[in-house]
Amino acid sequence: MIATLLILFTSLLFPGIIVKVKAIVSGRKGPGLLQPIFDIVRLMKKGNVYSTTTSLVFQVGPVIYFVTILCGVFFIPFGNTEGIISFEGDLILFVYLLGLGKFFLILNALDAGSGFEGMGANREALYSMLAEPAFLILIATFSMMAGFDSFSGIFAHWHLTTGSSLVLSVLAAYILIQLAMIENSRLPVDDPKTHLELTMVHEVILLDNSGFDLGLVQLANAFKFGIYGALIANFVLPEHQSLPVRALVFVAVIIVFAVIVGLLESFRARFKMEKNPQFILTLSSIAALAFIVALIITNKLL
Amino acid sequence: MKVVNIFEAITVLTVLVFFVPLRWKQTLCLALSLAISAVTGYWAFQNLVYHSPVVEKLSLPFWFHSSLLEIDPLSSFFLLLISFGTFTSILYSRGYLKPYENSKTKQEFALHYFWLIWLQIAMTLVVILHEGLPFLVAWEIMSISSFMLVIFEAEKKEILNTGIYYLIQMHVALFFVLAAFTLVEAKTAISGFDGLAIYFKEYASIPMFLLFFAGFGIKAGFIPLHSWLPHAHPAAPSHVSGLMSGTMIKMGIYGILRVVSYLQFDLLEIGTIILLTSLVSSVFGVFFAIFQHDLKKMLAFHSIENIGIIGIGIGTGLIGKAINNPTICLLGFSGAILHVVNHSLFKSLLFYCAGSVYRQCHSRDVNELGGLIKKMPRTAIFFLFASVAICGLPPLNGFISEFLIYKGFFSGLGSDIYISLLFLGGIAGLTLTGGLAVFCFTKAFGVVFLGTARTSKVAHAQEVSSSMLLPKFLIGILIAAIGLLPFLFLPTIARISAIYLPSGMELPPDPFGSMLTNLSISLGLFLIMLIVVFILRAWQQKGRIIEKGPTWGCGYSAGDFRHQYTSTTFADNLNRMTSVFSGVETQYTPIPKEEVFPKTKRHYETHQYDQLEKFLILKPSKFLLNIMEKFVVLRSGKIQHYILYGLGFILLAAFLTVINVI
Repeated sequence: MIATLLILFTSLLFPGIIVKVKAIVSGRKGPGLLQPIFDIVRLMKKGNVYSTTTSLVFQVGPVIYFVTILCGVFFIPFGNTEGIISFEGDLILFVYLLGLGKFFLILNALDAGSGFEGMGANREALYSMLAEPAFLILIATFSMMAGFDSFSGIFAHWHLTTGSSLVLSVLAAYILIQLAMIENSRLPVDDPKTHLELTMVHEVILLDNSGFDLGLVQLANAFKFGIYGALIANFVLPEHQSLPVRALVFVAVIIVFAVIVGLLESFRARFKMEKNPQFILTLSSIAALAFIVALIITNKLL
Repeated sequence: MKVVNIFEAITVLTVLVFFVPLRWKQTLCLALSLAISAVTGYWAFQNLVYHSPVVEKLSLPFWFHSSLLEIDPLSSFFLLLISFGTFTSILYSRGYLKPYENSKTKQEFALHYFWLIWLQIAMTLVVILHEGLPFLVAWEIMSISSFMLVIFEAEKKEILNTGIYYLIQMHVALFFVLAAFTLVEAKTAISGFDGLAIYFKEYASIPMFLLFFAGFGIKAGFIPLHSWLPHAHPAAPSHVSGLMSGTMIKMGIYGILRVVSYLQFDLLEIGTIILLTSLVSSVFGVFFAIFQHDLKKMLAFHSIENIGIIGIGIGTGLIGKAINNPTICLLGFSGAILHVVNHSLFKSLLFYCAGSVYRQCHSRDVNELGGLIKKMPRTAIFFLFASVAICGLPPLNGFISEFLIYKGFFSGLGSDIYISLLFLGGIAGLTLTGGLAVFCFTKAFGVVFLGTARTSKVAHAQEVSSSMLLPKFLIGILIAAIGLLPFLFLPTIARISAIYLPSGMELPPDPFGSMLTNLSISLGLFLIMLIVVFILRAWQQKGRIIEKGPTWGCGYSAGDFRHQYTSTTFADNLNRMTSVFSGVETQYTPIPKEEVFPKTKRHYETHQYDQLEKFLILKPSKFLLNIMEKFVVLRSGKIQHYILYGLGFILLAAFLTVINVI
């Protein structure tokens, strides 16, 4: 419950922080922290324009996408306090629920019958297909270390005590940050600032969405960043502190994560489209490396 | 009169199909099928609810001797599966076959329905007979009846050829199983599956298992034994494809499950063999499916994928048994058995939808379709529903079985390094399969049902009749029920999987704990949130201006249907990454440099060639043909020569006897 509220609240600031950091780094003043949220609120007050080509799928797609991600937030625990949804094997449901959201977002794009949106749908399908194994291998690694296959089980039994588990944490943080960049369609895979449809991935999917639906998708994207931030925060959450301190650490980590994303975006260029699959596949192999490290730590290998 | 006599009587009554008027044939077929289902359902009920094994003496009129039928939980499960699969198939056939009433004769219809009902009888016999020879006869009837169903449109030469290709492969499978049974009988003097219990105790398990795995694997369609599926499924009428893919290929799985239940040694090795073969099948099955343009061929490759997922479950369960871990064993086998049901449901639903599309548009080439959701909204929604299920996405049934298998993998990660690495590979493979399936089905649904029409073939399409929608509706209810309320179904499935538990272990009273109810609650929460957001959205849109306009063309106002992504373009980026494996060949004439404004109409075609089929089937058979053709010189047509051959043979036999070779 605590984690859900903290994530939902911090996520609202997330896009604003990224924009602000990027503005400051490039020497501009930038908009206020809440500007992206104001934009979403404005969108949600508007009517809709639908293409005549679209069908029912176009109407339900954004809603399903939003609810899957909102539901995903419910899974995230707060240290050893369980999330709203928590049971053995919940992380499988978590991954597959996010998959369901993507499924409908891709169909939403194909429904408009435009070449541009088809292109975005195609790229999104390919990238998420390549990125999913990396996430699951990472989860499997921690599940093996902790002996549990639920989020709360993993985080309750994860302690930053030994040097070897520190190595694993660094690897995990690296993979999670990169995955967050891919899943949220940021640099180096996709550039939210691009103005050319041919080079877009996520933006081009939403070309025909407007009003409330567009607002929902953008809000969902903010939450998605929050989920990844919270996953990283759970790894470093101190154990024996009072609740306010831990909550503060939790929020601080998510905010630091947002700043890191902003900095990464400021100093990074996007890849050529053809390089993206290679980059995403590399993450899977790094995750497999983390698994090998875990095998060594648990004295199964060597 | 005993129940078994009713069963015998129904098999005789099937000939009535030939004598009733055309419009009654389907109804009679349905009635006979329901009668068989009632009998088998009674047996299954007896067995599953009262826990009593059913053993009866069956003497069919054409049978050479009476044989024993035995029904255990595994048989009961498959009996229910066969009954439901055949029921929806016959129900769907009425609407699907209607257009043929003008072109086909009464006898052709009678033959079709006769073999349809006999396919059900044969499958029923396959799962209840344990003795070797009766089992093989039933197995053979199953192959022949399905062959007869595939070649319904035998006047088309390619369909007849495909049918024969299928028949040959089924007989290769038969010889493997026959050889296995003969060996078992030679060593143990017991015919059939019962001899396996002794055989596996005293002789090497792996070679015998591989023999069975090859035979049953061809039927089931494991890679590399899969090559008949992508040919036979598109050729058959859609209700037959649905029945074959949904139910008949599961007989191969039944065979494997049956053989595996007798295994006692080398479990880890055999489990690994099944797991690795299945991983290859699932990943490559769905991978090849992505490059298909024929809707039914694509679904056929997805059958291979799903057979792979079932095999992954079996392999996991067997490894669990090998390391004496009842949790993994139960999760693996339950996942596999549940996936058998799940696949039979969503795959037949997909085939029926594809059949409806074919009926209306007369094309299975997805690149010729588009925008069908406006013409056939109900079919489209069923297809979408089944797509979500087959991708293993919540809240539908495909997710539940994959969830169980994942749980099995996660439970085994803590054991030794070999199993940890194997199961990590399993997790990665299963995830990759899921991702590829999403890729494939967003493509298929998007290209066929969304966007705008690509050719005029779509223009006259309209929603199919309610007789074709009813079976889809029935299947849809079950898909949703298993997906949302798995705790209703899984205790029974767990009872069936309990036969695989390591010896001396009992099925725990509550094998899955609170996991399944928690899953249901979470999915329920998800659905409630979905409804709430929909209500919010409806409330927000009230009174706002909702406009309609053209699709955003990025400043280009002359967009038309040709700008849409097609099946080929959607698969293109994946193809470029993986061209080594995909076997996609492109044919087109490139635009020469001097031709700045190309005028002539050009064709761009891609085809996926199954390289495994090329190396395993086509090349060896061509090689054999080449050798055989050399012997044509012997066929001179002169009777003197033939007498000479006979004499030569007798002399050879005499000579060999003299030197004690024979």
